[in-house]
Amino acid sequence: MADSNETRRWQYLDQIRRNPGPFNQDSDVSEEALQALGQHKVLVIGAGGLGCEILKNLALSGFKNIDVIDMDTIDISNLNRQFLFRKDDVGKYKAEVAAAFVEKRVKGIKITPHNCRIQDFDEDFYKQFQLVVCGLDSIEARRWINATLVNMVDMDDSDSLKPLIDGGTEGFKGQTRVIIPTLTPCIECQLDLYTPRAAVPLCTLATIPRQPEHCIEWAHIIAWDQEKPFPDLDKDDPEHITWLYQKASARAQEFGITGVTYSLTQGVVKNIIPAIASTNAIIAASCCNEALKIATTIAPSLGLEESYMMYSGDDSIYTSTFKYDRKPDCPVCGGAAKPLAVDPGITLRELLDSFAVKPDMQLKKPSIRANNKTLYMQFPPSIEAQTRPNLDKTLKTDLGLDTGHEIAVTDPAFPTITFNFILSFTST
Amino acid sequence: MLKLWSMKKEQQKQENADAAVGKKKKITAAQLRVQKDLSELSLGTTMQTIFPNPDDILNFILEIKPDEGVYNGGKFTFTFSMSAAYPHEPPKVRCQQKIYHPNIDLEGKVCLNILREDWKPVLNLNAVIVGMQFLFLEPNASDPLNKEAADDLRASRETFRRNVKASMAGGSVRGTIYDNVMISQPKR
Repeated sequence: MADSNETRRWQYLDQIRRNPGPFNQDSDVSEEALQALGQHKVLVIGAGGLGCEILKNLALSGFKNIDVIDMDTIDISNLNRQFLFRKDDVGKYKAEVAAAFVEKRVKGIKITPHNCRIQDFDEDFYKQFQLVVCGLDSIEARRWINATLVNMVDMDDSDSLKPLIDGGTEGFKGQTRVIIPTLTPCIECQLDLYTPRAAVPLCTLATIPRQPEHCIEWAHIIAWDQEKPFPDLDKDDPEHITWLYQKASARAQEFGITGVTYSLTQGVVKNIIPAIASTNAIIAASCCNEALKIATTIAPSLGLEESYMMYSGDDSIYTSTFKYDRKPDCPVCGGAAKPLAVDPGITLRELLDSFAVKPDMQLKKPSIRANNKTLYMQFPPSIEAQTRPNLDKTLKTDLGLDTGHEIAVTDPAFPTITFNFILSFTST
Repeated sequence: MLKLWSMKKEQQKQENADAAVGKKKKITAAQLRVQKDLSELSLGTTMQTIFPNPDDILNFILEIKPDEGVYNGGKFTFTFSMSAAYPHEPPKVRCQQKIYHPNIDLEGKVCLNILREDWKPVLNLNAVIVGMQFLFLEPNASDPLNKEAADDLRASRETFRRNVKASMAGGSVRGTIYDNVMISQPKR
């Protein structure tokens, strides 16, 4: 009985997958290919509004092996839309509760939760997955995972290319995009799409607040710094928010402004944008369909040509799917650093002199840096003096450079160009 | 799975590229941009930079010694701090001295539009330091952070001028004692 239930669960999905079509060639409908979905390892980042939907959808699309990362714990305010959580779960880790719920509901599936930050793992961890699906609310986390996946691409390892599916929502608006690291535009290429948070002039906050938000920002930016009631502001600590709320209320009263509430204070300080359950459902659904299509090739997916789907429900409904171009000078995926073969025993001065005679560089005043290391800067004068002693040091022994380190070379004569190299030491 | 890897190999062939492979230690985007910005700074004779740690170019100090205007004769230092999100976020700039200035508060916060509401990623550090220089030449009473200083400037330029001089020498204005910022050897 249980077995036939299990077969019936996948009956229709199997039918779609077994039917050969224009995009589904013989090799894709073989038993082997059909089994592959279950062996695919998918990573879901975020177990919040989008994450709950994504986990549910992936599980019901036939994925059997899923990991989920989320550092957050469940708050009572999550329960209206994050449907894998119940009141008793408040305070527990989102990843853990979500994984347990879906595992219990969909038989034969394994979901491994990680209650931590994505930054706590390194490339070795991310290497085990074939596909990454993000349901995040933070630009910073997106940029981090994007840069990590782009950097992992290694021509010597055909397993190193991990498609990234990124969902995002804000009120009635949302987006789904597929990134194939180094093949299609990455998140950093598309960073201009984010509108910067509207800021109010500091002097307005300081002198003539007009809105309750101004009073809260004043408490947050000015009063907190003056009085330092706690060493560091923790936006999740009710005591800290209460302090800001009381300060803001007093100021609002002084200027005859109404509308400062505790929840508005929390909203302004944490920059909370109201989440709408159905927008999350729409975006998560499209993310998971793309995941299924990428994993099984049953239909062409978002990705290589058109890679971005925007959805807007603000004014009736509008969606548009379009091609975003790669940025040639993208700091993450663009201007691929070229290997530079050098003798590790030469001095920095010798290296810089070689840039003057290299026909494709011809730099007269090069400045050069590695990550977190200023090797030599021509300007400003103070840093020139500080880094001048480096000129006579050797690259490997004295300066600690090594094969695989990136160096960036700039020259005031070419203000728009940065030469990026990956060092490759020739002999020792 | 899509035949992604064969596409990747195709791309590699077309670019006929020798793009580097293997373990990489990349430079962060913010550092790349600040490296570029620094090489384009025009500091002139009134400004100089100080790098407490030259390897950390995301944090430095800018010293301004105005050679004209009411703040002539003083030395002011500002901490510049760029986050990993620079240039998508503006640099954070703070005055290290307690000074009497309508657009700088007693904690050192600076009211300069491009440091906050009008910041755009196309702007650079040079735009900021030009703005900072301008604040010392033309303090602006209409965007006050130090309301008393702004009121004084509006009421009488002469009183304001006297107050600036007194505050710069470490004196008190309207009950607030300011830091002595005078350069010991006066400029000719």
